[in-house]
Amino acid sequence: MSVLLAVDMPYWLQTILRVLGGTVAVLLPAGTIVYVFLFKMMSFMQSRLGPMEAGPYGAFQLFAEVGKWLQKEDLYPDRADKFIFKIAPIVVLTSTFLLVAVVPFGPDAWFTNFEAGVFYALAVSSVSVLGILIAGWASANKYSLLGGLRAAGQLIAYELPMVLAVIGVVIQAGSMNFQEIVVAQNAGEIFGWNGIGNPYILTQMVGFIIFMIAVQAELTQTPFDMPIAESELVSGYMTEYSGFRFLMFFIGEFATAGVFSLIAAALFLGGWGIPFAWFGWDSMDSVDNWMNIVGPLIMFTKMMVLSGIIMWVRFSYPRFREDQLQKFAWKVLIPVSLLNIMATAILKVAF
Amino acid sequence: MSEFLRSYQTVIWFGVVAVLLASLLLGLASLVRPVKPNREKQLAYESGVDPVGDGWVQSQIRYYVFALLFVIFDVEAVFIFPWATQLERYAGFGLVEMGIFVFVLLLGLVYAWRKGVLRWI
Repeated sequence: MSVLLAVDMPYWLQTILRVLGGTVAVLLPAGTIVYVFLFKMMSFMQSRLGPMEAGPYGAFQLFAEVGKWLQKEDLYPDRADKFIFKIAPIVVLTSTFLLVAVVPFGPDAWFTNFEAGVFYALAVSSVSVLGILIAGWASANKYSLLGGLRAAGQLIAYELPMVLAVIGVVIQAGSMNFQEIVVAQNAGEIFGWNGIGNPYILTQMVGFIIFMIAVQAELTQTPFDMPIAESELVSGYMTEYSGFRFLMFFIGEFATAGVFSLIAAALFLGGWGIPFAWFGWDSMDSVDNWMNIVGPLIMFTKMMVLSGIIMWVRFSYPRFREDQLQKFAWKVLIPVSLLNIMATAILKVAF
Repeated sequence: MSEFLRSYQTVIWFGVVAVLLASLLLGLASLVRPVKPNREKQLAYESGVDPVGDGWVQSQIRYYVFALLFVIFDVEAVFIFPWATQLERYAGFGLVEMGIFVFVLLLGLVYAWRKGVLRWI
């Protein structure tokens, strides 16, 4: 993209490229996560084969699924608040698109380069709560209402540890800009040795663990899936949805898993960069142009590793009870992340 | 237009594209899907039993206090972020200041904890 940007593209062309890139960055991780982890890994962990008929090893199953969902009748309950019922999945999907806009994929391959990018990401990620809450309310169904209320309670409880865990990274990097955080990690050094840069997962291990737990809860994946608990609430806030609107919730959930993994990769694992010392780079400007091609691939690899962990946990653990879930957020994660902030600040000032 | 506003414009385009993509797919679906509504289909789903009463039932919201606490801590996070970016400049002074700030907030959490607000009633 840098080569293209170097010849001064007009704004509308840049925008089209960015929007296309953003769409790919939402749909590709979602499709990959669903096929690789949800279809295949889950099946092997449960001693079955998973989809095998559509294409080699069921590789075209996703297209078959989309075709199937397209043909389903679009049902809605008679008493539902129809307008709100219909826009709720769109709100969830929009939140994912707004979230991906802030992820950097290379020195010039970014969508937006906010000074307060971390702040923006944390703010936008909570828009999906609105979608879930209005979906639960508008369905006029007791299961949906309970699911929506549980989702709201859970999402606001786990929003806090997530925000507080990121502050440690901001303290270390001294910036809220994603690009500067990535550069600070790759140009950093550990006690004078710069062989692997300084990915913050090493110094912010506690922050990373809290962040991943909070992501798991924000995505309502299994240890924290009280809002959609199949065995008691049918499908929670999604109970009344059918056809393509249901699929949009589904896409939104897994696309958000991918985007959160991308953000975690940028914040804790060094993002698109490779340790700058390997090629003798020292700052953003000296990074070679080919990083714009390699960067997205590195980001994708890290995304697959992190979302693999999310899904692995999802397939392995039973769900928390609602009160345990709230207790865990308020009595464990928040105090620990506040202490983590202070410890990071003290070490930063001391060294 | 400045780079700053450009970024926000890109964000707006992302939102527009999300809505367009969703509408496009829903429009495509409306061409191929059957539309045969009847009363049974449009009943609220309650595991096969006819729904009793209204869907908008009153239920006990046990965690409204959590919501209030959430607002307090979220505003706190807004204050901590700018400090975090400038810590290098403030050094020891900023550290002590923020230590007091976080201590007071922890005190608030401990108070809520002792009052039994964090318990599931």
